[in-house]
Amino acid sequence: MTGGETIPIRESSDVIRVRAEVRRLAIGLGLGVVDQTKIVTAASELARNTLVYGGGGHAVLEVVEGKGRRGLRLSFEDHGPGILDIGQAMIDGYSSGRGLGLGLSGAKRLSSEFEITSVVGEGTRVVITRWN
Amino acid sequence: MDRIPILKLGSALLVTIQVDMHDRLAKALEDDITAKIMTTGAKGVLIDISGLDIVDSFMGRMLDTIASVGRMLDATTVVVGMRPPVAITLVELGLTLVGVKTALNVERGMALIGISVDDFEEVDRHDGG
Repeated sequence: MTGGETIPIRESSDVIRVRAEVRRLAIGLGLGVVDQTKIVTAASELARNTLVYGGGGHAVLEVVEGKGRRGLRLSFEDHGPGILDIGQAMIDGYSSGRGLGLGLSGAKRLSSEFEITSVVGEGTRVVITRWN
Repeated sequence: MDRIPILKLGSALLVTIQVDMHDRLAKALEDDITAKIMTTGAKGVLIDISGLDIVDSFMGRMLDTIASVGRMLDATTVVVGMRPPVAITLVELGLTLVGVKTALNVERGMALIGISVDDFEEVDRHDGG
């Protein structure tokens, strides 16, 4: 495991920075171009959620190892209003704000592992991993 | 703020997206294209996304909205040049862009909206963009 890289998410240009850094790490990890595209797209969805729904926060990008393989783990954390009903928020098409409501469910489908914790009034943390 | 240029080619508009767009830029492009359909009376809009290495749900929704609004303004929108990994990812994401016409490249996209490449020479003389 290497020390993670933290990127603040305060404005929409930060989402671009997250995409570029995830792309760089995915290439370094040797992911194929389809897997690169999937993880960068998932990161874009989650970074936007952090910005739009969470009112900003940060992303931590790290290369991890397990079961003899390496992967990319991305954590997105905000101190926004939190999600009242995570099950509901994971349904395709459901959205409490803008977008098509594919952010969370889509990011989950594009990742190997997906984990979400949210406390109303405290914030939300989503962690995804893509194994090589 | 930066803008993505919209070129007029005869009765069509051509937009080539070559930079990674942040959301405000994507929204501005949506507004600019629909405004330009009105002012030019364009019958077709070609959006070349061969320069994009991802299309996420926000950009996908933008393409969908441009196509829908364009249709109501009597213009056909064709998205051209989508990279295969982008197409695979969009489907997995759950966004199939059913309302958007697609073509492999600009030439085929032009044919879809009834403009032949031969028209270009004429366009070059009359239109600077």
